[in-house]
Amino acid sequence: MSSQTAHTAPSAAAGHDEGHAHTHHTSTGLDNRKIAIWAFIGSECMLFASLIATYMIYKGRSLVGPFPHTEYVNEAGKVFKPILDIPVTSASTFVLLMSSLFMVLALQAVQLKGTMIPAGAGTWTRLQRSSQLWLGMTALFGAIFLGFQAYEFTSFVHEGLTIKTNLFGSSFFTLTGFHGAHVTVGVLWLMSLLWVDRTRGLGPQDELLVDIAALYWHFVDVVWIVIFTLVYLIQ
Amino acid sequence: MAHDAEHAAAHAHPTGATYLKVAFILTFITAVEVWAYYIPSIVASPLFNPALIIMSAAKFVIVVMFYMHLKYDHKIFKFLFTGPLIIAAVTIIALLFLFNQLSL
Repeated sequence: MSSQTAHTAPSAAAGHDEGHAHTHHTSTGLDNRKIAIWAFIGSECMLFASLIATYMIYKGRSLVGPFPHTEYVNEAGKVFKPILDIPVTSASTFVLLMSSLFMVLALQAVQLKGTMIPAGAGTWTRLQRSSQLWLGMTALFGAIFLGFQAYEFTSFVHEGLTIKTNLFGSSFFTLTGFHGAHVTVGVLWLMSLLWVDRTRGLGPQDELLVDIAALYWHFVDVVWIVIFTLVYLIQ
Repeated sequence: MAHDAEHAAAHAHPTGATYLKVAFILTFITAVEVWAYYIPSIVASPLFNPALIIMSAAKFVIVVMFYMHLKYDHKIFKFLFTGPLIIAAVTIIALLFLFNQLSL
């Protein structure tokens, strides 16, 4: 990257708007960091594909319960209810979808900073420029999603399902645990951006930094969209 | 000139109103999915699983196109995402056939 930074000419940069004044000139005309995040997301697709495939291959092959969608009675006569809690997971899915909305609004707020607020602009127009608000909301909703996941994992363990109980438990906790770890990284990333915004302020020149974090966050969201359907809803 | 046009196209993002509409559509599709899950006659239908997969794929595409701006972004980014995505999808389907979770 340093070699490309060295080729950045002030006159060339001046040809772009303020928001892209620090764009590095490369052979593709694209910033290396954005290419890198897309390549990373592509590799993550294959990671989650392997985890999802493992879950689906093991689906319905557990010898002992608890099971995801059906009741199970063990040798001692103990009854295990279907373990998946769809209302709770639906709520956490809604929370993650809303966090994606807040993330695009945070990116838009960074892009809009420094632009004139029209005379007589309403509250919404002013809110659209508040990157701290939207970054904070995104991180908060990400943390709420993690809270839902912690509640779900804890209740599963109390109901007798651990990562060692059966094939469903092993593949379920591995898949959703990996996703939860990605959400955790995303929340920490968002909090670091929020800290930067509070200390020095994020502006149009930082658009790429926020855009890269947003791409990661939306990817985490689309992975959950797939997990929610394949793991929780399809029986 | 061509570079400038490409640059401008690559940074044409939707408006806040579009983002809100997208959020509403995503919430609506999710609500339909969950509603269908609680209707036994729908769950028993052979179309239930394909319908869920289609709705999930629609949400996936909407987020990628509008929130991740892939609809408006450079074709290199589209290639970097859709290439591995196709490999991932084919791998899942192939493994499901290999382990007899799917059959023709």
